Amino acid sequence: MVIAIAVTVFAALRTALVPRSFGQYGHYRGAAIAETAARPIAFAGHDVCEACHTEVVDQKKQGKHVVVPCEACHGALAKHADDPASVKPPKLDTAVLCARCHEANSAKPKGFPQVVTADHSGGIACDSCHQPHRPKIEDSPAKPATEARK
Amino acid sequence: MEITRRRLLVLLPAAAVAWKFVLAGTPEASPNYKLTEHWWSMLIDIPKCIGCGSCVRACAQENDVPDGFYRTWVERYRVTDWKIERPEVESPDGGKLGFPPNQSDGKNFFVPKLCNQCADSPCTQVCPVGATFVTPDGVVLVDKTYCLGCRYCVQACPYGCRFINPKTNTAEKCSLCYHRITKGLTTACCEVCPTGARQLADLKNPKDPIHEFLKTHTVQVLKPHMATQAKVFYNGMDGSVR
Repeated sequence: MVIAIAVTVFAALRTALVPRSFGQYGHYRGAAIAETAARPIAFAGHDVCEACHTEVVDQKKQGKHVVVPCEACHGALAKHADDPASVKPPKLDTAVLCARCHEANSAKPKGFPQVVTADHSGGIACDSCHQPHRPKIEDSPAKPATEARK
Repeated sequence: MEITRRRLLVLLPAAAVAWKFVLAGTPEASPNYKLTEHWWSMLIDIPKCIGCGSCVRACAQENDVPDGFYRTWVERYRVTDWKIERPEVESPDGGKLGFPPNQSDGKNFFVPKLCNQCADSPCTQVCPVGATFVTPDGVVLVDKTYCLGCRYCVQACPYGCRFINPKTNTAEKCSLCYHRITKGLTTACCEVCPTGARQLADLKNPKDPIHEFLKTHTVQVLKPHMATQAKVFYNGMDGSVR
């Protein structure tokens, strides 16, 4: 009689305390998989950007930055993609941003374009001379340096 | 028992409620995603990494990683011929803002690191409550609502990929952006990598380019002697990398 009550109490407690989906796939709560998968995203993905900004895609195709995904420079844009009218991407400081990839460093692959920015531009914003989406200068003269420095 | 129309009317709502419980927590409910059709991994092409830190910044933003903690990070190695067993390794702020110039002697290269999504992972084996586990599609996840914060998994990970989130006091690690890959997207770090040094790979997808890459390149995993069945493959990795 005592054993029967103990077993019943144990079964009742186990049913109440162990989550329903525990053991569904293994020794864990199966519902955790769906909960993790349900989180919202911050980076929209370059396919989403390219669907609207076709003119930028055309520009990028003419230069080496064609392989650089949009959000590598522009940051997370899922909110902008959801509501382009009211959420605008932040303005970028090219003097800092471009240097993160192109500042000379002996650990970078030898064929990768690198400059010592202090000698190369002296702190002037890179887009004074380079068009970021098509950076080679002879292909794409950007806005005049004098104008950019204003 | 004979099923009469009256009994069926009573049984149907009960069956609907029961089915709702069956579906609760079933990831198959995600549109077009089948757990059993994927086996996720990642390929890291070391000679392509420029140490820009885009991956570290994107990971922090995508996954709300607190400052000073890293789900992924980049290390810079400097190996001289007379110290091949003891390389100089640095990772200022996880490489989040890139790296300052360094000495050019010896061999210098960047190595991105993240959870190796081990198929036979030590961290899941030591968890006393089943709060961390390998999903049927091969990703090691943490159940935040079930984690006690006991830190056993932090000690067990041979790659140092886990930490205790100071906001939640629970274990945290790279989830291979599970919330993205189950929606058909790539991980945040792969999405922003400007040189393609990181590639998400699905080993169960016969059309995934990883199969051709693995056939034609010599790749390694970190610490193979730990027998963790790590699924992050490194191309062009120097023997000094730990």
